[in-house]
Amino acid sequence: MSGNEAVARGAYEAGVRVAAAYPGTPSTEILEALATYPSVDARWSPNEKVALDVALGASLGGARSLAAMKHVGLNVAADTFMTAAYVGVGGGLVVISADDPGMHSSQNEQDNRFFARLAGVPLLEPADSEDARRLTRAAFEISEEFDTPVLLRTTTRVAHGRSLVQPAERTEAPARGFQRDRAKYVMLPANARRRRLALLERLERLRVRAEEGAFTTEIEGDSTVGVVTSGIPYHYVREVLPDAGVLRLALTNPLPIERIRAFAAKFERLFVVEELEPFLEDALAAAGLRAEGKAFFPRTGELSPDVVRQGFARAGLLAAGTVPAAAPATTPRPPVLCPGCPHSAPFLVLRRLNAVVAGDIGCYTLAALEPLAAMDTCIAMGSSIGMAVGLAASGGAGGPVVATIGDSTFLHSGVQGLMEAVYSQADITVLILDNGTTAMTGGQHHPGTGAALDGSPRPAVDLVGLCRSLGVEQIEVVDPYDMGALERGLERATARRGPAVVITNRPCVEAPVKIRDHPFEVIDDRCIACQLCMNLDCPSLLWTDATWHEDRRRVEIDGSTCTGCTVCAQLCPAGAIVPLAMVGAP
Amino acid sequence: MIAATRGVLLAGVGGQGVILASHIAAEALLRCGFDVKQSEVHGMSQRGGVVTSHLRFGGQVASPLIAPGEADLVIAFEWAEALRWSSHRRPEGKLVSDRRRILPPVACLDRRGWASAYPADASALGDALVVDATAIAREAGNEKAAGSVLLGIASALLELPEQPWQESIVATVPTKTRAANLAAFAAGRTLHFPAAELAAPAPPSPPLVRHRLEIETAWCKSCDICVRLCPERCLTLDAALKAKVVDPDACTGCRLCEMLCPDFAITVVSEEVAVA
Ligand SMILES: Cc1ncc(C[n+]2csc(CCOP(=O)(O)OP(=O)(O)O)c2C)c(N)n1
Ligand code: SF4
Ligand code: SF4
Repeated sequence: MSGNEAVARGAYEAGVRVAAAYPGTPSTEILEALATYPSVDARWSPNEKVALDVALGASLGGARSLAAMKHVGLNVAADTFMTAAYVGVGGGLVVISADDPGMHSSQNEQDNRFFARLAGVPLLEPADSEDARRLTRAAFEISEEFDTPVLLRTTTRVAHGRSLVQPAERTEAPARGFQRDRAKYVMLPANARRRRLALLERLERLRVRAEEGAFTTEIEGDSTVGVVTSGIPYHYVREVLPDAGVLRLALTNPLPIERIRAFAAKFERLFVVEELEPFLEDALAAAGLRAEGKAFFPRTGELSPDVVRQGFARAGLLAAGTVPAAAPATTPRPPVLCPGCPHSAPFLVLRRLNAVVAGDIGCYTLAALEPLAAMDTCIAMGSSIGMAVGLAASGGAGGPVVATIGDSTFLHSGVQGLMEAVYSQADITVLILDNGTTAMTGGQHHPGTGAALDGSPRPAVDLVGLCRSLGVEQIEVVDPYDMGALERGLERATARRGPAVVITNRPCVEAPVKIRDHPFEVIDDRCIACQLCMNLDCPSLLWTDATWHEDRRRVEIDGSTCTGCTVCAQLCPAGAIVPLAMVGAP
Repeated sequence: MIAATRGVLLAGVGGQGVILASHIAAEALLRCGFDVKQSEVHGMSQRGGVVTSHLRFGGQVASPLIAPGEADLVIAFEWAEALRWSSHRRPEGKLVSDRRRILPPVACLDRRGWASAYPADASALGDALVVDATAIAREAGNEKAAGSVLLGIASALLELPEQPWQESIVATVPTKTRAANLAAFAAGRTLHFPAAELAAPAPPSPPLVRHRLEIETAWCKSCDICVRLCPERCLTLDAALKAKVVDPDACTGCRLCEMLCPDFAITVVSEEVAVA
C-alpha cells in the first residue's frame, strides 16, 4: 500500500465517518482511497479551510472525521485550525498535512510541524505505510481521549512510498450525537480564555503519557553515537548507521523530553536527523540537550540515505564514500502542457498582447516556461486576481494587466479577488481557464464540475452567473481552440476600463475523459521550416531530420499523440498542417 | 540468513507507464517472498516530465531510496532517461533500456543552431542492454505493454522465477490488456542478447550563419503582421509605429517576415560567419 492508502486504511479502521479535503500533491490519494470504503462520507471541498470546517463540524456532531491537505493547504485552513485546538472535539478529529520537502510539486517546502507547536496540538510523524496506518488509527484515539484535534504529518516519500501493511478490522466508533456545550464551542473571549488553559493542561497530560514510552522506539547501540529522529529519516539512519543507538519518535509534539534526556545520557555524541527545519534540534537545545544536526544535514530539500551518509561523513563518523560518477550529459525534461491542452493558445495570445500576466497555480503555470513564457507571477492559490489589481494600481505595469486562473483555483480562493476587482473598478482582465476539472492534481471534481467525488451528479456553479452577480459587466466565453476568437475576446477585454472577464470553455484533454480527435499532420514539402507552430510548445510537434532552406529543420506531428485541436494548423502561415486523412487532396 | 537488500530503479517519461510497471514489479517481488519498499514521485512530473520509481527488496528493507551508484538494475523506458540514470548503477549493476526516443519539446528549442540537446552518443552506457521494447510489445498485441517486455528481461536478469511476475500482471493490469502484457512479458523473458546496436543517428551539425534584417522604414505601413508572426518575437513597432528589431540575436533567419510583409519592406540578409 502507498502511505496515502495506508492513512485511508487507518482512518477506515478507526471508524471514520466524514472525510473532507481539497486535492493537492502529495495528499490527494487519501480521499480517493477513502471513497472506496463503505460507510465513509468522503467529499471534496472547495478549499482546505472549508474542508477543515466540515470535518470539525462533523466531529462536534459526534462523528470521527478527517481533513486532508497538502502542506500549503494548512495555511488556508490555519484560521480554523488554530482555534479548533481550543474547542477540542466531539468525535475524533485528525488533520493530515502532506509536506513536500524537495518541492517535487509545490511552490515552497514549509515545515508544517511548526503548526502543531503553534496551535498546541499533538503531532504524529509516520515513517512508512504501516506506520501511517497504525498512527492514523491511534490519532483518533488520542483525539478523543485528550479532546483535541491531532495533526498527522507525512512527507512525499511516505505518502507516495509503498511498503507492507497489516490491515485490521474496522471498529465502529460509538455514535455520540451533538452535545450542546456553548462554553466549549463558542469562542467568545471569556470562553476562549478558559479553553486556552485547558489546551495547555492537556498538552502536559499528553507529554506525561509520552514519557511513559508510548510512541517512542529505542534501538540499542554501542555507546558512541545516539541518534534522535522521526519520520522517514529513521529508515535512512538505520540504513547508514546500523549499529548506532536510535530513538525514533512517532509523537513529536509534545516531546517526551525526559525520555530523550535519558537516551542522550548513554552516548558520547548525540545527533538529530530530521528533514527541513531544526524542529527537534531546537527543542532539545531549549531543554539543555546539546545535539548535532543541521551542522551536518541540510536544511533544504529531502534527505536520502546518500545525504545522511554524507552528513555522518562530515561529522567524522564515516569515511567519506567514493563519489559515484556523475550522470552523463543528457537533455533536460521539464514537464509540459499536454498535446491539445486548451491552456496553450490563450497564453500565446497574451504574449502577443504584451500583457503583464499575474498567474496562478495549476497546469497553466507551465506557460511560464519557454517557449510560451507568458506568465509573470505565480505565488499562491487564488492570488492572481488580487495581484493583478495591485499591479494595475501601481501604475507601473507597462501593459494590459491580466490575471489567469483555473476553474478549480477560482472557486478555491479567486472569487474574493474578483470581488475586490469589481469593488475597486480595477483596470484588469481576468482570464478564467475553465477546463472543467482540477487537472494538475489528476482531475478531481469541484463545485463547478457538476459531480461529486464518487461521480454522482451535483448542481454545478455557473461561472458566468457568479461573475455577473459580483458586478462584472463584461463577461465573454471564448473557445480556446479558436485563435481569432481568443484574440478578439482578449483585445476587447484588455481595451476596456474597469474589470472584464474572459472564460475559456474547452475541457481538459486528459480528464474526466481522454479527448482524442482526428490527428493532424504536416505536409512535408509545404512546411517552410519557420517553426512558428513550435511556439505553442505542443509535445506532438517535433523536428524531422528533413530540412528546407539553409538546412533548417522541418516539423512533423506525432499522430499517435496529437489530439486534433487544430491550433497549430491555424498558426501555420504556409498552410502545411492538415488533418491526417486529407493528405493527397489538392 | 536474511537476504541482502537489492535495488531496482525504473525511469522514464510521464505517461509511459513507469509507475504501473513498478507496481507490477513490487507485487511480483512480494509474491517471491521478499520485503519490498517502493518510492515514486509523481505530480508535476506526470506532465511529460521525468518519472522514476525506486524499488528495494530483500529480507528486511529499511530505506526505500536507492543512492546513486547503488542500483543493481536500472530499467529505462526511454533512451535519454537511460543516460540520465545510468550512473545510479553499481559498478557491476546492469542497465536495460528501451531504444525509444522521446524528444522533449525543450530539446527542439534552439532553433537558431537547432542543435538538439538530445543525446546521440551511446558510449556512456557501456554494457547496457538496449532493446526495441516498443516494437516487441507491438508484436505482442499492444505497444503500451513495452513496460512488461522490460519487466520480462528484468525478471531474468534478477534470476527470479517467472510465475510470481505473471500472477502479478494478472492481478495488476486491466483485463483488456492482460493477454498483451503477458505475451510481452514472455517475449522479454526469453529475449536473447545482444539485441541491437546502440547508437542513435547523429544530428546534422548547425550552419554557421548570422542573420540581419534590413527594414525599409518608408515602406512600412504599420500593419503589425511581421510583429505578430515572427516565431522568435524579434520584432516590434517603435514609437512611430514602424517595424523595428528588438532582439537581433534571436533571429533564426526563417524569412517569414520577409515573405509575409505586404509591402516588401523587410529583407533578411544571411552571412556566413568565419569559423574561429
Ligand atoms: C493551498 C493549495 N492547495 C492545493 C494546491 C495544489 N494544487 C496545485 S494546482 C491545483 C489545481 C488547479 O486546478 P485548476 O485551477 O482548475 O487548474 P488546472 O490544473 O485544471 O489547469 C491544486 C489543487 C496548492 N498548490 N495550494
Ligand atoms: S493539432 Fe497541432 S497543436 Fe493540436 S495537438 Fe495536434 S499537433 Fe498539437
Ligand atoms: S508553422 Fe507551418 S511552415 Fe512553420 S514550421 Fe510549423 S508547419 Fe512548418
